[in-house]
Amino acid sequence: MAGGQLLSGRAGAGVSAAGLENAALRHPGALTRIALVGNPNSGKSSLFNQLTGLNQKVGNFPGVTVDRKTGISQLTSQHRAEIIDLPGTYSLYPKSLDEKVITDLFYDKTSNQYPDFVVVTVDASNLRRNLLLFTQLADMGLPTVLALNMMDVAEQHGVKIDIAALQQELGVPIIPMNARKGVGIAALKIVMAQTLDAPTVQFYSPEESLLPMIRQIRYYFNLHNDYLALHYAHQYRHINFLTPDERAYVQELTEQYQFKPLEQQAQETISRYQRINEVLLNCVSVTRTEQNEPYSNRLDRVLTHKVWGYLIFFSVLFLMFQAVFAWASYPMDLIDQGVAWINGLIQTNFDGPLINLLTEGVLAGLGGVLIFIPQIALLFAFIAVLEETGYMARVTFMMDRIMRRFGLNGKSIVPLISGVACAVPAIMSARTIENRKDRLITIFVTPLMSCSARIPVYTVLIGLVVPDAPVLGVFNLRGIALMGLYLLGFFAAILSAWAMKLLLKTQERSYFIMEFPVYRWPRWKNVGITIVEKVKAFVFQAGKVILAISILLWVLATYGPPGRIEQAETAARTEATAQRLSPEETEARVASERLENSYAGVFGHVLEPAIRPLGFDWKIGISLITSFAAREVFVGTMSTIYSVGQEADQQTVQQKLAAEKDADGQPFFTPARAFSLLVFYVFAMQCMSTLAATYRETKGWKWPILQALYMTGLAYVSSLVVYQLMQ
Amino acid sequence: MKDLQLGESGTICCLKDPEMALKLLEMGCIPGTQVRLNSRAPLGCPITVVVGDMADYTLSLRVSEAATIFLK
Repeated sequence: MAGGQLLSGRAGAGVSAAGLENAALRHPGALTRIALVGNPNSGKSSLFNQLTGLNQKVGNFPGVTVDRKTGISQLTSQHRAEIIDLPGTYSLYPKSLDEKVITDLFYDKTSNQYPDFVVVTVDASNLRRNLLLFTQLADMGLPTVLALNMMDVAEQHGVKIDIAALQQELGVPIIPMNARKGVGIAALKIVMAQTLDAPTVQFYSPEESLLPMIRQIRYYFNLHNDYLALHYAHQYRHINFLTPDERAYVQELTEQYQFKPLEQQAQETISRYQRINEVLLNCVSVTRTEQNEPYSNRLDRVLTHKVWGYLIFFSVLFLMFQAVFAWASYPMDLIDQGVAWINGLIQTNFDGPLINLLTEGVLAGLGGVLIFIPQIALLFAFIAVLEETGYMARVTFMMDRIMRRFGLNGKSIVPLISGVACAVPAIMSARTIENRKDRLITIFVTPLMSCSARIPVYTVLIGLVVPDAPVLGVFNLRGIALMGLYLLGFFAAILSAWAMKLLLKTQERSYFIMEFPVYRWPRWKNVGITIVEKVKAFVFQAGKVILAISILLWVLATYGPPGRIEQAETAARTEATAQRLSPEETEARVASERLENSYAGVFGHVLEPAIRPLGFDWKIGISLITSFAAREVFVGTMSTIYSVGQEADQQTVQQKLAAEKDADGQPFFTPARAFSLLVFYVFAMQCMSTLAATYRETKGWKWPILQALYMTGLAYVSSLVVYQLMQ
Repeated sequence: MKDLQLGESGTICCLKDPEMALKLLEMGCIPGTQVRLNSRAPLGCPITVVVGDMADYTLSLRVSEAATIFLK
């Protein structure tokens, strides 16, 4: 399929029939594979969205935890191409694992992932720095198209670019465009539908003294040019597909020729800039417009002001929090009711164990996945706008110093605050943190922030043991207790981050230095695509895990050791008849007995010795197990165990709990027990959805498992201390 | 560079930390380039600098990173 009809309509430089045959040979019957590369903020994402629309797929790059975004673009009526969106980078020398993905792709020409050609997005208003990456790519010998983006901004800055001359100098087709508005997309697609030759202009030649080494590497690996061989000399330790012998060979050569990678790289960069300056001198003229101070600077004077800046930022955070916490609850209730309605419909019309599995296992699990969509969509609508406008860079700028102390990043503040509503979207929002270690720490500690699912647990237990008494006239003791729990979670998160900063080793050097973008209006198309992408990622990747666990939990709570549940039910019914209980009371008693004798109940009993030092009994043990589906299930489980009946509200549950007596006839829920349980709920990892989100964001089970162990361990120890001290 | 006053400009003379230098070079901080201290974060760090005599673009960086850049 790789373009049989392309011979007509040659456009731009470097298009040829010979190249076409090469491409057709390489991927017989395959789509043309095009890699999209560019500096951060060069409009690469906008271009990718324009080219592919919603035809996007997010996968994995092999071996690394970097999202691999691909999309199919309909270039002409008959020609489609696969576009790979690579992480933004300033150079082909990778500084992070994310950037390494790019070189991995370009180093191995024999790989079936090797792109047919590359589209480089370049910010026309900032040509000099953007061209650095382009010249490196061109020297790699990859057929390249230059998408000269942000022409409108360049014009505003008084930058005039002679496209024809620049095309001549750079030796590749250049498409002037404005990806945000879609200008130039059609022209770019026409060029992309062609098959291109490798660029003819060389921008950098390695020093003479390096040539013997480079040539040996080049011929040993049968590489197509010197510059690629030079990269092998730089990166051989990190090139996955080299065998140990091959690495040893390159290492030997670098030692033999006393190759100094840092110096060479610095010298190369300077030499490239010199060359770029020459090119720009001939093709670009700048008429210095005597403009007023840029509007961005004037905005920054307010938005990063030491008082107003923080006030505005906290208002933005508050609005976000409000959206995820309050506004999202309407669609969430609808989803909740919708799932309940379908469940009810099925249950009234059918019966049997499979139907129960469908309704209480599968559909309940599905509901548990869908329920997060409104929060994720709203949070990412906000985050996408903050990113698009350039405000996120200011957030990092203002918060970096404070957050850095604790091993976090300026951008960590967004996940942490969102975590107060729900850890699931919060963890997904940590994606905006470029630094790997900072991101990992943020993901790890975010679930310690008290999320909204803990509120029912908090209110029931606080209501049980904390008197409703005024403090200092204005405050309420219960309110203060509630705030204390939130602060406890917050400090645990901050301190854990600090500890992780000391413990986590990283070979990667972290840089803060980044481009400070000017303010722009958001592109709503980009915002929309971000929302769709995040929701899809959650539903399809985290959703699988959630669904599986909720089915497992259903099985645990429904089935028990053979015969045991039936026996218990019969006994309960006999007893109920003897005590002349009403049908409702009987059903509640039966449900309670069934749960006690299910596997979950058995585990609750098994768990009891382990949690007795915390003041918990097997009933709480069952609640801890079922809470793993979601913390708010605690109240529901407690009401089943204490046979409160179907229509349990918090008050009746509270009364039941208050009436519960221990072996000596004293109230079971003493302040010591209640606070121990509260502290447990503050710290413990009891949310399969959060674990699934961590799994999805860290692309493996290592971190979710560590997170669960750490948080639950912390919960155990803290509860132990609380109970033993207060008892 | 860390000693610049707000609004003050200087020309990059050399980069001290070799590894940091590579990153800075890639970001366009080539010796001979003019830089101007544009703003400081409310807590003094990070800072933003305008790079290039045509006021090409703005970078934000930590003071510790700026400290590796020497001006003439």
